[in-house]
Amino acid sequence: MAHDLAVRLGDDALILGHRLSEWCGHAPTLELDLALTNIGLDLIGQAQLFLGLAAAAEGEGRDADALAYRRTEDAFQNCLLAEQPNGDFARTIARQFLFSAWQELLLRRLADAADQEIAAIAGKAVKEVTYHASFAAGWVVRLGDGTAESHQRMIAGLDWCWRFTGELFEDGCAALRTEWDARVDKVLAQAGLDAPEPVRGITGGRRGRHSEHLGHLLAQMQYLPRAYPDAVW
Amino acid sequence: MSATIAERLAARIYEILGAVPDPEIPVISVVELGIVRAVRAGVPAVVVITPTYSGCPATVAINKAVRAALDDAGLRDVVVKTELSPAWTTDWISDSGRAKLLAYGIAPPETTAERRARRDAAPAICPQCGTGRTAEISQFGSTPCKALWRCLECAEPFDRFKCI
Repeated sequence: MAHDLAVRLGDDALILGHRLSEWCGHAPTLELDLALTNIGLDLIGQAQLFLGLAAAAEGEGRDADALAYRRTEDAFQNCLLAEQPNGDFARTIARQFLFSAWQELLLRRLADAADQEIAAIAGKAVKEVTYHASFAAGWVVRLGDGTAESHQRMIAGLDWCWRFTGELFEDGCAALRTEWDARVDKVLAQAGLDAPEPVRGITGGRRGRHSEHLGHLLAQMQYLPRAYPDAVW
Repeated sequence: MSATIAERLAARIYEILGAVPDPEIPVISVVELGIVRAVRAGVPAVVVITPTYSGCPATVAINKAVRAALDDAGLRDVVVKTELSPAWTTDWISDSGRAKLLAYGIAPPETTAERRARRDAAPAICPQCGTGRTAEISQFGSTPCKALWRCLECAEPFDRFKCI
């Protein structure tokens, strides 16, 4: 149970962290380049801690790196939202906003969890994620309440991501839904945006059924350790 | 008697680690940054350190530097252990650490008590001219622990420690 949770939390953080690293050198401004990659760095750090815990619980002599670099996509348990391509800046912000708001609520609960190792990592990570959530919410408002162009792009970004949000509340996370809805609605109202129409959700990531995008991401992320298994820093 | 020896050892370890600079901000030591959480007496004695941010690349360098400093001082059998809980907070940066950060050009973080007293986050104090007329340029800066600000009086940009 604790093992599955650690894998899910670790995979979410790893895959989204990698996605954000793809912005390095490409963001609209230098400050945003720093912001997106710093958020990615926090997430990859969290992934290292959660996957380290999962590897230890497994007891098969693997470590966090082995889980990150030597699994195929059907063994990854991240949510589908995390693996979605960056798209434009507005879509990246939409993904971050929806994800961080959820992750913050989850980690806040887990910080008081009975499992002390999970609680310790969650208690540390939630401070970082609170900052991510406020950054992303700030940009949703700026883009939504900005120019006609930025407003339109923010709508398109949210529309793209919306069908993957239902999955976040599976696997014991149903209780987070009400609070998440309230937070999202509040920010969207501030941004002058309507919540996207309910859509038929897409799910399966937690059971290893991923979109094609994850395979491409892993091909890049895992290339070096797979091609050069003896490589060390 | 043994308590005295343990106390002396702990004091010695703090003195040794007080000379280990943070790899990113070398004007302050790892002790002043508040990441040396405790020295626990015993056989072996244990130095407990805690990372600032989960993904901070300096963490590895800090672990190595702490280990090397203990080894160089002949304390090879002292164990270095990492603990996450309770999570590091900028409140643990010492007063001397704060003064050194300011002199180095980095606005130190407010303490939680200061923030509570004011009920919200106050603007950073410009490390160059001391004014509070400053504005945030970017919530993220050159390292995970800092944000980017600028002074509205002297126009200098500067780093500020994020308050966490």
